[in-house]
Amino acid sequence: MIGQAWTRRHVLATDDWSRAEIEMVLEQTDVMLPVLTDPNRTVRRTPALRGRTVVLFFAEASTRTRVSFELAAKALSADVVNVTTAGSSVEKGESLFDTVRTLEALGGEILVMRHAASGAAQFVADRVTSAVINAGDGWHAHPTQGLLDAFTLRTQLGDLAGKRIVILGDVLHSRVARSDIHTLVPLGARITLSGPPTLVPVAWRCGQLPEGVVYEPDADRALAGADAVIALRLQRERQESGLLPSLREYARAWGLSEERVALMRQGAPVLHPGPMNEGIEIAASVAHGSRSLIERQVTNGVAVRMAVLWLLASSPVTA
Amino acid sequence: MTTLLSADDVRRAIARIAHEIVERDRDPSRIALVGIRSRGDVLAQRLHAAIQANEGVDLPLGALDITLYRDDLTRIGHAPVVRTTEIAFSVDDRILVLVDDVLFTGRTIRAAMDALVDYGRPRAIRLAVLVDRGHRELPIRADHVGKNVPTQLGDDVRVHLVEVDGRDEVELVRAAVPA
Repeated sequence: MIGQAWTRRHVLATDDWSRAEIEMVLEQTDVMLPVLTDPNRTVRRTPALRGRTVVLFFAEASTRTRVSFELAAKALSADVVNVTTAGSSVEKGESLFDTVRTLEALGGEILVMRHAASGAAQFVADRVTSAVINAGDGWHAHPTQGLLDAFTLRTQLGDLAGKRIVILGDVLHSRVARSDIHTLVPLGARITLSGPPTLVPVAWRCGQLPEGVVYEPDADRALAGADAVIALRLQRERQESGLLPSLREYARAWGLSEERVALMRQGAPVLHPGPMNEGIEIAASVAHGSRSLIERQVTNGVAVRMAVLWLLASSPVTA
Repeated sequence: MTTLLSADDVRRAIARIAHEIVERDRDPSRIALVGIRSRGDVLAQRLHAAIQANEGVDLPLGALDITLYRDDLTRIGHAPVVRTTEIAFSVDDRILVLVDDVLFTGRTIRAAMDALVDYGRPRAIRLAVLVDRGHRELPIRADHVGKNVPTQLGDDVRVHLVEVDGRDEVELVRAAVPA
């Protein structure tokens, strides 16, 4: 990849990315990570984006992703402006389009946005000159999460070619599941989805699955011999009635318990995008156990976002 | 195209600079070498080996990528690939010898010094280069120089090293129209 130029103006979803583009982000993440973690470094930032403005526009609840982007932007010395819908003009009825146009007019060169509507980031990207990074849009995509999961899995498993990774839980409402599929499959991994049929898209449970993906409703069979598992948050705020019999039953059938972890290959790691419903989709002892890479995901997330900000901020269209 | 330094000239220059670096300080144990990617790191490795052979000391050796510290990022028009920086020792109170292939405007060295002080507070930073071609834009000078070469601003000084390019040679390519 060395010498190949980055040409994308936005990061909206990884479903149309080449493997080379994914690799480039992961390689740059590898270089950004020591800025945050190298014990010999006393200053945990670099001046790369000095004088550039990054706007964080979060129109949906978020702690870790927003803070992660903020830390990433600050580690590159960018100026960060935070906008949330609560307390903003959105509450006065301003449209999404008018809000982002205003943010752009105020000098935002990179717009990081989260929105409850799938496709919101694309809608905005089509209408502004800023670079847009999708930090999660509805059920659609969360590309930096897919990239950080790929990065975290690679540091643990090495080359992902032929590795079998289970994505467990509420697949239907999960933009993380979609972004994980669109990042891990191009890197050669095979995905086994597992979860209640009511929480898997109809087309997928009827066999029309993306390449490299299979669906196994039985959690134990899905996990047997797997190389890693990504447990998904049960998105209680997106549940319609009737999808689940009860949380207890869900936890029993698809919750990631220590017994289920033991079904995987020896030492296989456990990931979760957070925030966790401990005791529902993941047992507390698993979440905080020796196989858990959940804290590592948080640190790696900052480095991935530094890499993405760096590539967009210094690419020709925004520079 | 003119050859400025042959393979033998490169070898002699490195041998001499290796001696100079140690001569300058009575206690070489405080010295560490840091090469600037992508050819200064190779030169730093050679200096390290030469000092080890001459003095029997194994100086700390690091490699520095200065991309995130450049002052021309908004001008070059593409995202340059950042490579790893490897400084596996504390720089506090050390005499750091920065090593690069060509000293020109001084901007790379400015960026390198900014990067180094983010790792701590060295006692001193010195500079060793294989070629000094002039045309400084910042108040920076080298402590150890392989060869001083008068050049035109538009000329191209090309350093080839065995480890990267398969041969040791420094060439001068004259500008088509002198700047």
